[in-house]
Amino acid sequence: MILDILIYIFIGIGIFFNALAGIGLLRFPDVYTRLHAGTKCTTFGSIFLIGSVVLIGLNMWWQKDANGSVLSIHSTIALIAILLTNPVGAHAIARAAHHSGIQPVGAVIDELATKPVKKTKTKTDQESRGD
Amino acid sequence: MGPEDSGMIDLNTTFLVVVIALALCIILALIRVLLGPTAPDRAVGVDTINTMVIVGMVAFGAAYQEVIYIDVAIVYALLSFISTLFIAKYLEGGEF
Repeated sequence: MILDILIYIFIGIGIFFNALAGIGLLRFPDVYTRLHAGTKCTTFGSIFLIGSVVLIGLNMWWQKDANGSVLSIHSTIALIAILLTNPVGAHAIARAAHHSGIQPVGAVIDELATKPVKKTKTKTDQESRGD
Repeated sequence: MGPEDSGMIDLNTTFLVVVIALALCIILALIRVLLGPTAPDRAVGVDTINTMVIVGMVAFGAAYQEVIYIDVAIVYALLSFISTLFIAKYLEGGEF
């Protein structure tokens, strides 16, 4: 009984955060803020949705159903795959967006661009020495 | 071996409702993919859709008590990660 209520609460939290990810993708003005909404909310929501499946599998395993342990273990592996790959992909997309010249809305200063890359570093050093 | 022997929850109905809600979220993200002004916007939308599809596959596996759907979800997660990295590398304009 308590487990059923817990499973419904997990499903509710997961659906809520996935819906927030969709709304945030539509409403935010910028690539980086959309990335923020679309990655973090789906990761948090999928933790809870797959957690409810894991709870169901553990319940089935507790009731001597051998299918339940396989269900929960494979769901945990899928969750680990999501947790490992989602932030890395988001970081790669953000880096690609910055390298292709997209600035955030309302940005005044771009500190990543002023950070010295190898070519510009030598140039600025020579200019400062010449001055 | 129906869903009756696994507790009080009707697994089939519950997780099919979850899949329908996830499909609505996927439609919201798909609008961003279609509207997106720049290419990284579309990449963000595709990445979000990939995560939601993985969760939907796990919910399908729980609804029909089939573990093979969850295995498909694991493989889909790894392949979508690799495709996202390649799209990012292409947008960045670097050499492979």
